[in-house]
Amino acid sequence: MASRTRQRTGPAGLTARLVVVVYLFLLVAWPVSVVVQRAFDPVGQPGGVGALWERLSAPDAVYAFYLTLTVAFWAVVVNTIFGVGISLLLVRQRFRGRRALSVLVDLPMSVSPVVVGLALVLTYSTGLGWFGSILSETGVRIIGSTPGLIMATAFVSLPLVIREVVPVLEEVGTDAEVAARSLGANARQTFWRITLPTIKWAVVYGVVLSAARAIGEYGAVRIVSRGAEFNGETATLLIQNEYQAFDEAAAYAAAFVLVMAALLALVVVTVVRPQEGSES
Amino acid sequence: MSIEVVGVHKSFGDFAALTDINLTVPAGQLTALLGPSGGGKSTLLRVIAGLEDADSGSVEIEGVDATSLPAQKRNVGFVFQHYAAFKHMTVRKNIAFGLEIRKRPKAEITAKVEELLELVHLTQFAERKPSQLSGGQRQRMALARALAIEPSVLLLDEPFGALDAKVRKELRDWLRRLHDEVHVTTVFVTHDQEEALEVADTIVVINDGRIEQVGTPDDLYDKPASEFVLSFLGPVTRLGGQLIRPHDIEISRYEQAATATGPITRWTRVGFEVRLEVTPDDVLHPEPVQVVVTRAEATALGLHPGDQVWLRPQVGAQTVSS
Repeated sequence: MASRTRQRTGPAGLTARLVVVVYLFLLVAWPVSVVVQRAFDPVGQPGGVGALWERLSAPDAVYAFYLTLTVAFWAVVVNTIFGVGISLLLVRQRFRGRRALSVLVDLPMSVSPVVVGLALVLTYSTGLGWFGSILSETGVRIIGSTPGLIMATAFVSLPLVIREVVPVLEEVGTDAEVAARSLGANARQTFWRITLPTIKWAVVYGVVLSAARAIGEYGAVRIVSRGAEFNGETATLLIQNEYQAFDEAAAYAAAFVLVMAALLALVVVTVVRPQEGSES
Repeated sequence: MSIEVVGVHKSFGDFAALTDINLTVPAGQLTALLGPSGGGKSTLLRVIAGLEDADSGSVEIEGVDATSLPAQKRNVGFVFQHYAAFKHMTVRKNIAFGLEIRKRPKAEITAKVEELLELVHLTQFAERKPSQLSGGQRQRMALARALAIEPSVLLLDEPFGALDAKVRKELRDWLRRLHDEVHVTTVFVTHDQEEALEVADTIVVINDGRIEQVGTPDDLYDKPASEFVLSFLGPVTRLGGQLIRPHDIEISRYEQAATATGPITRWTRVGFEVRLEVTPDDVLHPEPVQVVVTRAEATALGLHPGDQVWLRPQVGAQTVSS
């Protein structure tokens, strides 16, 4: 019966499909596959899995991936805690300026990451920053060190958790939470036993998206990081630096890892999505 | 006296949801708050449960002033119209929730949950998730969950509102039997007068944020205090300037002393009933009168659509002049 409800494919439908496939191939599939191919078989350099592994285990590459993972981990932790908190605030509380806050939360999505980086430098650098003098006196370095990278990354990926959690919170309503309260649960117990399990999959989905975004972040990181080898050089910066230093083989090798990370994120997201559906 | 509500007011913005509510709910009884949607009955229930704060007035539960107690300290069982099931937990976990929050010993929780599963006939569904239950089963689970904490009072907000007619009826009978077994003071909100008349010991009719009448189902049906109560507790029609129930009208094809006379202008058969509409010839009261007779009566009286008939109130019929 399902086939009867499906639209029959006319010439217009076929054309549309063809356009989409060609478009996706030219824009996404082909360029990405070239990167993967070059990672295994760089021009004028030894190819194969062994050579790829060697390039990836070079000390500067190891440092860069380690730094990227550290930054992404803390950015995701921060975003998850604040993301869930802000979502609860936006959905469950009514207060003045709620809509303004809701718009503000989306800001990082629309502002260019480079601008985010510049803004952070202006605010937190020891030389230029608003409270730069306090920072330099206490010896806390933010810009040009890991905390600055984490801040920049957390900033650009802030909306991802919130935009996943808010719709779910709105959909499930407050009935179960109110019921828990009437059964004697306090606010903390209600959150851990009722609210969190309900939004669990949305949080997981948001975390995966945040992690993918955090690993791939370039613009904001470029500005706040010193970006030198063994000194604030994340994986994306490593790719750029190696590419400009004509070490394309190393650049492609690192790019290949980022592509794999992104694919992994997509797989996780695809696995998570249906489960969310069956829960509700 | 199990619940004592004194001088409760509650407004939402400009809208006065409750105005000067004074109500005593006797212990161990099944009390219905009956009224139209938006009349304030659910708000009153939520004020008693502590889910809503009254603007003024006080609520006393089992002799303890609960006015400023938060919901989780009132020891009140609350059942929601849409079940409010904890979707990620099994039926067993749902029922155990209140006891686990209270940190009761494991063995005690297990025994109590088992007993409640038995009571609401869900033993074989204990390991299922709420999404695998029917509406009626979910509501029974919600009831068991509320009963688990051994509440001083059990409050049900339109408990059968989301269920289809047949299940509603079954659950209604079941609630009555359950209450006879458990004897917990129970207040339930409904807009269905049949439900209230059938199940409740006492009915509180609420309209426009005020209590219209409090009484037993018989009291309310036989001695309605106002036109509103009469018309809300069942269908009414107007016969010669009086409000009367359509089945309390005597109908005859032969001329007799009558309040109104006219032709049968509409004829609807619903199961064993025949619902008639008679348009009086009287120019002062020309609006159609509804009359309900059984099919057997209609046959015995030889009624047919278009017949000229004479109408008058039956002896002892309850009327309210308006």
